[in-house]
Amino acid sequence: MPGAIYAEGLVKTFGDVRALDGVDLDVPEGTVLGLLGPNGAGKTTTVRCLTTLLRPDSGRAVVAGVDVLEHPDTVRRSIGLSGQFAAVDEYLTGRENLQMVGQLYQMRAKAAKRRATELLEQFHLADAADRPAKTYSGGMRRRLDLAAALVVSPPVMFMDEPTTGLDPRNRQQLWEVIKQLVSGGTTLLLTTQYLEEADHLAHEIAVVDHGRVIAKGTSDQLKARTGGERVEVVVHERDHIRDAAEVLRGFGKGETTVEEHTRKLTVPVTGGAKLLAEVIRELDSRGIEMDDIGLRRPTLDDVFLSLTGHAAETETGGQAVRKNGKEAVK
Amino acid sequence: MSAVSDTAQAGTAQAAAPGNPVGRAVADSLVIARRNLIRMRRIPEMLIFGLIQPIMFVVLFTYVFGGSIQVGSSSSTQAYREFLMAGIFAQTVTFATAGAGAGIADDMHKGLIDRFRSLPMARGAVLTGRTLADLVQTALTLLVLAVVAVLVGWRTHENAGKVLAGFALLLLLGYAFSWIGALIGLSVRTPEAATSGGLIWLFPLTFISNAFVDADKMPAFLQHIAEWNPFSATVQACRELFGNLPPGFQASDAWPMQHPVWASLIWSVAIILVFRTLAVRKYRSATA
Repeated sequence: MPGAIYAEGLVKTFGDVRALDGVDLDVPEGTVLGLLGPNGAGKTTTVRCLTTLLRPDSGRAVVAGVDVLEHPDTVRRSIGLSGQFAAVDEYLTGRENLQMVGQLYQMRAKAAKRRATELLEQFHLADAADRPAKTYSGGMRRRLDLAAALVVSPPVMFMDEPTTGLDPRNRQQLWEVIKQLVSGGTTLLLTTQYLEEADHLAHEIAVVDHGRVIAKGTSDQLKARTGGERVEVVVHERDHIRDAAEVLRGFGKGETTVEEHTRKLTVPVTGGAKLLAEVIRELDSRGIEMDDIGLRRPTLDDVFLSLTGHAAETETGGQAVRKNGKEAVK
Repeated sequence: MSAVSDTAQAGTAQAAAPGNPVGRAVADSLVIARRNLIRMRRIPEMLIFGLIQPIMFVVLFTYVFGGSIQVGSSSSTQAYREFLMAGIFAQTVTFATAGAGAGIADDMHKGLIDRFRSLPMARGAVLTGRTLADLVQTALTLLVLAVVAVLVGWRTHENAGKVLAGFALLLLLGYAFSWIGALIGLSVRTPEAATSGGLIWLFPLTFISNAFVDADKMPAFLQHIAEWNPFSATVQACRELFGNLPPGFQASDAWPMQHPVWASLIWSVAIILVFRTLAVRKYRSATA
């Protein structure tokens, strides 16, 4: 049985640009899928296709057990969408916004009113409930936008870059809200450019690049692909780089890389904290002063780089990159 | 099913009662109309700026041009004053085009249209609600303008029923034009473009008409355009219904000028049908 969100071979072209090039997804009920990729990778287009806003050129999608292309209106009753741009009416108060959305979900005016009050409490907006949304801070607006997507507690939720542009504190707050939400059994598809966010919230991560899913798995599975841990040292003086490199070679399981201008040395290792302690002792005994040393596990940034051949934040086109991506799938 | 949480079940149950489609379309349109009226109340500048231009036109045309424009066989200032008002009223209601266009373009730009389109609401309701709210705004504007017109000496010479019928035709014309605005708003990228795109073509449309001068005095080809201009039909109809035709005025033989009330109705309804269809179709595939 397909999951709460299922997509098969979604293709969408805008003019010459193939925004989606055969996207396949399967999100089991009650889980969170993080759609991770750089700007222009096709994340938003995927969400727009799944939420009935955009009709794909080909492919199939089923959301909450209903075919998206055949019965879009039925799908709309079971989904909540929270967009990249906080889509609330800034001249309406928080309460008026939520009430309006409730009524547009065919709730009666009274029920919509009650639900709005509930959500305003839940999202810590009760104090600002009767102020126009224009006066809200960025974080408050996002919370209101999210609340609007939850008016009918839809079984399937889509969030398109829910924390883009938020400061760390607000981001943290929103993460808590999202975690609570999914602990209640909601199926969630979340897009993000932040590797940390996917790591933090998603059960499974699908890495998207150039309109395709190029890798899928849990955060740990993806990290395991890029190899294990490594030791990173920043020496205090440039003159010590050579000595330090010699020490690291003795402990390392692979080639030591050196960044001259940052005085940073990196070497893959096995042996964890115990080994790290030995490295420190050895460097110390040779009188090499360190600004920083640590055991680093691969981040999703590393994953992204190794999968696509380019970093998540930058956008590099070209065949070579694409080929790289395809190979990484196998 | 047991895996679905209680709240989720309650939620879908709330959302799952679609009712009959017509009732739903009306209810949804009213929700959106209410939303736009709340906005109007919170941004009174929009209404005020919408009033300044027509009031300026009333004053300028009455006092600056009034003495030198001859209509019918009369060159009296009073005759022109009464002749003019229907033209200014009609021009004012067509400016609703820009308001609807800018409002909808703004909703697109801000992502609100995306939100609405992801909701299980009637397809045309976002646009119908907007145009209904514009109709209320147009009515308020007309009311204020009529008061100003009376202050500068405008009088009607027919019974109240006819005068009200004239205003009804004006509102219908304004409503029709706000659907043109809706289509413009959905077709441009920014609210600013919608404002200018909603206004530019209105100037030739309203000036190549019988609104400010007697169309009989135009060159022949312009005269034909003016006579068949949907805008002229409403202006002529209002002049008849207000009793504002100047003494010695000879309506041209063109059908719309002979049957202006019917022509006005037909034009407005046709505009609504065509532009509503196009706008709703555009809305369904709208992308910000």
